[in-house]
Amino acid sequence: MAVVEVRDLVKRYRNRTVNAVDHVSFDVGDGELFCLLGPNGAGKTTTLSVLTTILRPTSGSVRIAGWDVVGHPGRVRGAVGIVFQGPSLDLNLTAEENLRLHAILYGLFPWRPSYRLMPAGYRRRVSELADILDVVDLARTPVRELSGGTRRKFEIVRALMHSPRVLFLDEPTTGLDPESRRSLWGYLRGVQAASGTTIVLTTHYLEEAEQADVVCVVDRGAVRELDSPANLKRRQLQPTLEDAYLRLLDGDAEGGDGAGDGAGDRGGGR
Amino acid sequence: MNALLTIAQRDLTKLLRDRLRLGVNLIFPLMLVVGLGNVLRPTLGKATGLDAVTVAFTGVLAATMFQSTAAGMISLVEDRETDFSRELFVAPVSRFVLVGGKLLGETLVAATQGALVVLIALPFGIHITGAGLALAAGPLLLCCLVGGAFGLATIAALPNQRSAMQIFQFLIIPQYVLGGVLVPVQTLPVYLAVVAAISPLRYGVDLARSAFYAGSPHYRQAVTLGPWIDVVVLAGLLTALLVAGVALFEYRERSR
Repeated sequence: MAVVEVRDLVKRYRNRTVNAVDHVSFDVGDGELFCLLGPNGAGKTTTLSVLTTILRPTSGSVRIAGWDVVGHPGRVRGAVGIVFQGPSLDLNLTAEENLRLHAILYGLFPWRPSYRLMPAGYRRRVSELADILDVVDLARTPVRELSGGTRRKFEIVRALMHSPRVLFLDEPTTGLDPESRRSLWGYLRGVQAASGTTIVLTTHYLEEAEQADVVCVVDRGAVRELDSPANLKRRQLQPTLEDAYLRLLDGDAEGGDGAGDGAGDRGGGR
Repeated sequence: MNALLTIAQRDLTKLLRDRLRLGVNLIFPLMLVVGLGNVLRPTLGKATGLDAVTVAFTGVLAATMFQSTAAGMISLVEDRETDFSRELFVAPVSRFVLVGGKLLGETLVAATQGALVVLIALPFGIHITGAGLALAAGPLLLCCLVGGAFGLATIAALPNQRSAMQIFQFLIIPQYVLGGVLVPVQTLPVYLAVVAAISPLRYGVDLARSAFYAGSPHYRQAVTLGPWIDVVVLAGLLTALLVAGVALFEYRERSR
């Protein structure tokens, strides 16, 4: 069953003459790890912004967990968790204060003026999250003192607090060192195995895309390929996803020569 | 209500941790009250019979509340630039609750600063009573809310924090003069009277003075418009600026 349904989606920014997202269609199945892969400026972040109600689509339709993003944005927001490309933590607050703000905004716990006055269930949750993050005292640790990798992991932990149906990750490992990236991926795999959360991520790292159930290659706003990594490699007659990807983009640049036979049977674009 | 309170608490927490901002926000109004008030004391006192330091204090207190909340709303632009506003905007909470929480938070920030200004300024020969101060609480609260709505409407139309700060200064400083913050505005040339008439701060200052000078023989010299005119104009401005600000801010966020 598709938990994300995108049909003929178009997004054109104000005062622009070309579409940032150009007639894109795809489905994401429940529990899948779905990867939007493409070069910088391909339209990955714009697509994610529309899917998460941040931007309004120019045309087309998007349904998340059965709710239309334009008609029922509030329902969609309750059903998704998001980790943005840039950091979205409040650096003036402690790690725990950031978590508390999120938990209260999502209606998980009532507002109380301090950590000590928050319900026991909340404090237990914070303690568990401190273990996951390997931070001794979240309540006293300013966010700015956390390392880049821990901040990223922290944002994912925060995005999962309200048990969303779909977790959107916009280039979650950009700027992280290899060790942090590996640790983050270990955590994500664990989350998916434990809770079956659907994950939609954008990346331009091929080794990350390789781990997805489905890869959607986008370039200049349009879908170029949509299939499993294995099928992509087979169709492009290449031994690795990197080779297949580069061949696909080169083929596009040369007017389609050498490219495969387009999107698979899961949707696709123009 | 929970969402409203947690957003408001965030702003107050930030103020209490930012000692530099707190210090600057206290020193500026005190300089106006004590410095300019004393400079004006001989001339204004002779012309109107009013104590210039007290007049300046009542005006500056209202202006501080207005300006603090208005400037605080500009941090929404800062949040937009650091992606924090996205975190708020993807939460399943209505836009009015988000803006309401921000407005409440900045009002608490302004009230904290206002209380400190009163405490620090009192030893400098200001003639106000406890009853006058209590009566002024409502008008000062209205100054905060209108200031916040004014700030929201200003930033909603602007693309970044730098533009917002530049335009904001341009919009605030003339109001200090034409809004009668230091000296009540009595007669002005027509072209300045028009600008004064459309300055929100003028009505806030006048309303605060109508509370501070209630029952005083100097009421007529200190209050130029009257509380009912002030309340009607401020309530209208609050509604119009808030609705327009929220609509414009959301439109800009979602239709980029």
